Amino acid sequence: MSVPRVEFVDRAGRIRRLALLAVVIAVLAAAPAWGGRDDLRLLAEIYAYVGLASLWNLLAGYAGLVSVGQQAYVGLGAYLLFALTLLAGVPPLLAIPLAGAIAAVVALPAAVLLFRLRGHYFAIGTWIVAEVFRLLASQASVLGGGSGLSLPVGIVTSIAATRQEREFLIYWVALALVLLVLLVIVALLRSRYGLALKAIRDNELAALSNGIDVRAVKVIIYLVTAFATAMIGALIFLQKLRISPDAAFSVNDWTAFVIFMTVIGGIGRIEGPIIGAGVFFALRQTLADLGTLYLLLLGTVAIVVMLRAPKGIWGLIADRFGWQVFPLERRVVLDERKP
Amino acid sequence: MLDWINVIVQGVLVGGLYAMFAAGLSLIFGIMRLVNIAHGDLIVLAAYLALVAAQTLGIGPLPALLIVAPLMGLIGYVLQRLVLNRTLGDDLLPPLLVTFGLSVIIQNGLLEVFSADSRRLQAGTIEVASFPVAEGIAIGALPLLSFLVAVAMIAGLQFVLYRTALGRAFRAAADDAEVTQLMGLDNRHIFALAMALSLAVVAVAGVFLAVRANFDPAIGPARLIFGFEAVIMGGLGSLWGTLLGGIVLGVAQAIGGEIDPGWQTLAGHLVFLFVLAVRPEGLFPKVRA
Repeated sequence: MSVPRVEFVDRAGRIRRLALLAVVIAVLAAAPAWGGRDDLRLLAEIYAYVGLASLWNLLAGYAGLVSVGQQAYVGLGAYLLFALTLLAGVPPLLAIPLAGAIAAVVALPAAVLLFRLRGHYFAIGTWIVAEVFRLLASQASVLGGGSGLSLPVGIVTSIAATRQEREFLIYWVALALVLLVLLVIVALLRSRYGLALKAIRDNELAALSNGIDVRAVKVIIYLVTAFATAMIGALIFLQKLRISPDAAFSVNDWTAFVIFMTVIGGIGRIEGPIIGAGVFFALRQTLADLGTLYLLLLGTVAIVVMLRAPKGIWGLIADRFGWQVFPLERRVVLDERKP
Repeated sequence: MLDWINVIVQGVLVGGLYAMFAAGLSLIFGIMRLVNIAHGDLIVLAAYLALVAAQTLGIGPLPALLIVAPLMGLIGYVLQRLVLNRTLGDDLLPPLLVTFGLSVIIQNGLLEVFSADSRRLQAGTIEVASFPVAEGIAIGALPLLSFLVAVAMIAGLQFVLYRTALGRAFRAAADDAEVTQLMGLDNRHIFALAMALSLAVVAVAGVFLAVRANFDPAIGPARLIFGFEAVIMGGLGSLWGTLLGGIVLGVAQAIGGEIDPGWQTLAGHLVFLFVLAVRPEGLFPKVRA
């Protein structure tokens, strides 16, 4: 008698994959030894964007929550970092997870309101929430009001005494954070919630009728995303050392770029945002002189990809070669062994 | 007290403009379930086209509108036929992402051509004309005109939707696109006509926006948000509700701005979120049989 069971598709072999991953992480972690200051800055920026794009992908690609207002949580995290360090004297590196936790708490009432809006309207609703945060931040005169403020030297030096140590430390925190984000997403997708998410993504009504509490799953994903997005936001502005409402809540920087990366790389797949971020930065390093034309080009590429190859670059590769970097695909196996 | 009446009157008049922003958005959503994130940027595009028409031909804003409205309508038709029709379907992502991309393209295109300087469309003496309606309360001719145009526009759209063959086709496609197709209508054409109508409305809104205040390439998203708030507060699917939603938004902003200039936009958003919390179906929902 054969017993059907579900297992994860794992073509490349677990050991080999883990070994490769370990090598990549080790090389990246050793970047302070082989890279200059500019390399470190660029890499940290790439990590931040990989994190943001992966989180947006979790929201839009898996949970079907298309948000154009994730800058709300980038900005909130950044402002919380400044508030916690400046007003409450919290050490900067401790303020990062704290900012994430507070942002998740703030995200709960926002979710309750936003989840009353369906589909498209949810998207614009998220934007309004981000605008409300931005306008409130420009009213907060202790944090510089509309013109913003810089992180005082005392707080900066409290991270580490020398500039080099600070840069190394922030780089490692950025790497650790993006790895944490990816790990959480992979773990989430491999859990029962992941299965529920994929069911919701493929057919919400069918998922509901199979007993999945669609609303609860979506709220959880929204809160997890807010938590992690705010941590990344805090880290980004710990590197920038200067904050203003327009920079912290920029829809272009924290949402448009992130969406373009995810769409170009391949939405609804975990590898997509990573590939997309790579393409984005490769283009930016070569075309940045074009200024606004660069954004025009990026928008056009994203539209063409969405219309012509909606699964993105990684979708094309994965369909053709059957590759997957992260073992997430499940398959039903008919076990022929005797019970 | 008189001050507050004045504030509310001005808010109501601005609400007409917001209803204009909202009408085109509401029309498109009603007919093809498409939320056009580039809507606000298209309003700004219309404002720039009016500016170019007025400057090169040496004409006023209203004659310029006679050029810009058909032009925007044409842009709408072509945009729908070539791009947006391909995004329609059960999946929410393609229309959202494509119009989001369009929004970024229009904004940066305008920035590239016209720079970030803020512009204004000169309308001559009507800009400063006003007439007193009561002791201490005067109504500007221009705000009043834009309000009346908004009311006329909504009446006109209502007429087109419920009294003409085109409107019947729109409503049929909205109810069931497949059956409409079976009845011999071409949905692609109907949707393109709906987008053309929406962008003609956008052109009117753009011209009034351009005359009323300074504009620059970056202000589109805020117009989209104001229009969206008016649609949701008014109640989905109701054009007259949209007008009332616009008025509620205009008054909320005027009162907020009177208390503290920094609170103007914020007050509008907060009233919107409040309405969403207590009456998610909107203030004046369309009653469905």
